Amino acid sequence: MTASAPALLDVRNLSVAVDTDEGVASILDGVNFQLAPGSIHGVVGESGCGKSTLIKAILGLLPARSRATEGSVALNGKPLFGLEQASTAHSVRGRQIGFIPQDPFLALNPVFRVGDQLLEAMWWHGAGSDDTNREKPRAQRRRAYSERIVELLRAVQLPDPELALARYPHQFSGGQRQRLLIAAALACAPQVVLADEPTTALDVTTQLQILKLLRQLTRERGVSMMFVTHDFGVVAQLCDTVTVMYAGQTVETGPVATVMEQPSHPYTRMLLACHPERSVELKGIPGAVPSPLRPPAGCRFNPRCPEVIPDCESGRPKLLPASAGRHVACFRCHAEAVP
Amino acid sequence: MKSGPILSLENVVSVYGGGRSWLGRAQPEVRAVDGVTFDVQEGEALALVGESGCGKTTLAKTVLGLLRERSGNIRLDGKLVSGLTPQQARLARMTIQYVHQDPGAALDPWWTIGHTLDETLRIHAVSDRAERARRIEEMLSAVGLDSSFLRRYPHELSGGQQRRIGLARILILHPRIVILDEPTSGLDLSVQATVLGLFDELRHQFGLTYIFVSHDLSVVRRMCDRVAIMYLGRVVELGPTEPIFRAPVHSYTRALLSASPSLTPGQLDGMPSLRDDPPSPSAVPSGCGFRTRCALADRVCSAHRPALEAVVDDAANGHMAACHHWQDGLFSSADGSLAMHGVGAQ
Repeated sequence: MTASAPALLDVRNLSVAVDTDEGVASILDGVNFQLAPGSIHGVVGESGCGKSTLIKAILGLLPARSRATEGSVALNGKPLFGLEQASTAHSVRGRQIGFIPQDPFLALNPVFRVGDQLLEAMWWHGAGSDDTNREKPRAQRRRAYSERIVELLRAVQLPDPELALARYPHQFSGGQRQRLLIAAALACAPQVVLADEPTTALDVTTQLQILKLLRQLTRERGVSMMFVTHDFGVVAQLCDTVTVMYAGQTVETGPVATVMEQPSHPYTRMLLACHPERSVELKGIPGAVPSPLRPPAGCRFNPRCPEVIPDCESGRPKLLPASAGRHVACFRCHAEAVP
Repeated sequence: MKSGPILSLENVVSVYGGGRSWLGRAQPEVRAVDGVTFDVQEGEALALVGESGCGKTTLAKTVLGLLRERSGNIRLDGKLVSGLTPQQARLARMTIQYVHQDPGAALDPWWTIGHTLDETLRIHAVSDRAERARRIEEMLSAVGLDSSFLRRYPHELSGGQQRRIGLARILILHPRIVILDEPTSGLDLSVQATVLGLFDELRHQFGLTYIFVSHDLSVVRRMCDRVAIMYLGRVVELGPTEPIFRAPVHSYTRALLSASPSLTPGQLDGMPSLRDDPPSPSAVPSGCGFRTRCALADRVCSAHRPALEAVVDDAANGHMAACHHWQDGLFSSADGSLAMHGVGAQ
């Protein structure tokens, strides 16, 4: 949303629906966000708000019965949907977009050596756009890529990188596995890395090590990152900008400091007030997150919102510019901004 | 503080493994809880804090009587309840109850909530059916649910409702001490706030004593009167919540507290991080267990295991720490620079 730099990853009005036995479930409803080059953008929300679906939609990994019903995703101005020819999509996803999964215990195959698993990504995608090894004979290529893996493992501060290649996943701790997965995501020298709650399964001291590492690597390598999490504390420390989601809709997006310190959407305000660090009387938001099968009309937060106005049920609120560089999707905030 | 402590632990040790396998090989021994001593006062909430593998859940289960302590004394209301067989231990500790980490998994999926709650009372010999129904009804309303939930099955409940049932199911037995094992893990922020509010309310309503096992420091700070920080089966720092959060003394406590991300943005670079991973509980370093990751460690630390001793400035509060160099630690934190190896500095 920054006007100065064009967005590297541009998600516009993205809606995703899933066909279920009970009808069509609307998982994402008009999601908007822009990732500026070299920045870390957090996507935060409660479970079921569509954070993980958003990542899958960008990666083209939506499950069989779900589809993007409207909207677009563009990388460097080139649309990712529409180019559904497998070859084009393949040249972008995995190669220009890396992915760090949530659970370091499930993401590595237990029966293959770590070195081979890391090699596989480069075998398919090459090691970046200036990779000269792709044309070389098999043995040379393998040697070159193995050297690159060792260099990457050193960059993610894994102890004994040369020996690590021949080990199996169970020989590493949770934090070390997460480092391996970060190395795998960076192997093909992507422009963008999508991270799906990569520190949720880790202890706080390990989480801190990984957060520092991610920040250092994205800065050194000029990689942009979209970081999905439910933890506002992690967003506050790691991210430059943040998007808050509720029940598949974008409610607020902007610089981290602004959104965290002066949230303007009622949902962001109420959710932050539930955090034990800020909570005055330990009360949750009344009501429950609506089912995606039967979402409320208009703004999906309206049944729980204490500040509803008649407009709220009329249609999906647009994400419009508000104070201090942020964008808010709330009819009431819009009405107050333009008296 | 007028009467004695409701629960008192003295040098409690719990061990996994050991003995021989059926082939005659010696099995390695893991001292999951290695000499823990503390008292719990009636009506307080004590937090057991530490990272995975530090022995906090093992300690909770030992207190409950599900695991048999290898050595040490556990006193409940001044009466010795340790050294018993598991069945006797559980009978002697009937006033201690346990809320599981994942109450959804702890409920039988084939039974209605009513049936589950009823069974609890039948096991505990409440034979009058009307009496059981009355107590169930009363407890459901205490945890904020109505009687329509009696006919529902566990999968029909949300995470927050499952926690309420998990709580109702043990409160129905009128416990005095409740062990809450990671009571809010996996809950969303708004549900967590509601559940925490309920814990607070019930504690005052029923005069409960909580042992709060958690790794979420912001929750602990909010909910608990005292904190015990555990590392590799030992308590490294113990004391009232506010002094510990404001001026932690042990290097591990300081690293743990500063690693918890706060809501105030832009502090990542100033947060000191620990090097390496914690050692395996089956190969605990000699002397102080934390010395391999501590910047203050020297020869004394590897030779002698530090005892949990009163922190002189804060002794009246019951603030204690197990560190040979806690005074050095205070000096380095006073000038604002933590003497700790950051990952970036390696």
